[in-house]
Amino acid sequence: MIDTSNLIACHECDLLHRIPEREGARCVSRCRRCNAMLHRGVENSVDRTLALTFAGLILFIVANSFPFLAFKLQGQETHTTLISGVFSLYSEGKWEIALLVLLTTIVVPLMQLLLQLYIYLPLRFNRVPWLLARVARFAGGLQPWSMMEVFMIGIIVAIVKLVGMAQIVPGLALWSFALLIVTLAAAAANMDPRVVWDQVEYPR
Amino acid sequence: MTDTLLTAADAGLLNCHSCKLLTEVQSGPHAEQHCPRCGSHLHLRKPDSLARTWALVIAAFICYIPANLLPMTSVTSLGNVQEDTIMSGVIYFMQHGEWPIGLVILVASIVVPLTKLFILIYLLITVQRKSQWRPLERTRLYRVTEAIGRWSMTDIYVVTILVALVQLGNLATIEAGIGAIFFGAVVVLTIFAAMTFDPREIWDNMESTNDR
Repeated sequence: MIDTSNLIACHECDLLHRIPEREGARCVSRCRRCNAMLHRGVENSVDRTLALTFAGLILFIVANSFPFLAFKLQGQETHTTLISGVFSLYSEGKWEIALLVLLTTIVVPLMQLLLQLYIYLPLRFNRVPWLLARVARFAGGLQPWSMMEVFMIGIIVAIVKLVGMAQIVPGLALWSFALLIVTLAAAAANMDPRVVWDQVEYPR
Repeated sequence: MTDTLLTAADAGLLNCHSCKLLTEVQSGPHAEQHCPRCGSHLHLRKPDSLARTWALVIAAFICYIPANLLPMTSVTSLGNVQEDTIMSGVIYFMQHGEWPIGLVILVASIVVPLTKLFILIYLLITVQRKSQWRPLERTRLYRVTEAIGRWSMTDIYVVTILVALVQLGNLATIEAGIGAIFFGAVVVLTIFAAMTFDPREIWDNMESTNDR
């Protein structure tokens, strides 16, 4: 029987390491063979993640409630919100792309924010949320499908594309988007998965 | 830290990919093991990693052909219909002096997906040939494929925004083309392909000679 409680295996090359002692407030440990990140320790991880999650939710609501671009041509004007883009694609019969855009820019980021709230708010008050292990596993799997920052590049390209054609007016939601991307990235950088997993009871 | 390079697999330990708990391999034929802490499926290496990644890479290549040949957008302006593929869009921008935007679309829609697919094929072939050549660099290449794939979505988002904004009846209307659906499929398939590939297989070939 091997004592595995102080061991960690690299997820990219499978090399076993002893879990390093906490050296400072922020420490990153890397695999000594392939340099993959083994673990990142963050001080006050729960507080920071929670604060950024609240900020993210507010920005998410603003970003989705107001138009991010207006398009004016010969007295006609159209506005677009995120969801109206999805609807236009859907009404043209391109439901596959509509679904992809809906998932990657609305559903997944919102679920991430709500699940972070569900996990970290009780932890903040020293309670363990119901079904923590399942929720944390599901939340971890969402990460590759949240593509807000790519959408931002899409907005910039679209603006430049249309600028010669008509008058383009950036809306309130555009600035919320930009801040939301920073907030989401900061929340992800301040999460310390070990703090969450240490709270899960399991048969040893 | 000891000097020998011991992997979790050597020690008979399964690394949970979601919560990182190490669990001992249970003996018994094909006993399915789940992580006692988070309930994930446990396996020494991602199951059928090479076959699955090959399948997804080939599927992505097949979708990449109509994605480039069929139109991404069709613009109706004062009765004229103009259909644009990925490449004709890039060329249009380059010719009209908007080369930074042309470059962004060229990189996101052509360079990124192809680079990602060719890197994955290279990694698949070297793992199958049990190559011991530069595992560190090959692991870095794998990290590149994981990081860049999402940026291919740029053009899909551009199309979404154009379609939503430019709806002025006869004056100007933009519709998404069939090519966009295939291109979306390429992005999703390559993201899954990077997920099913197991970079630990790169290092598994090293252990026989690397025992220091």
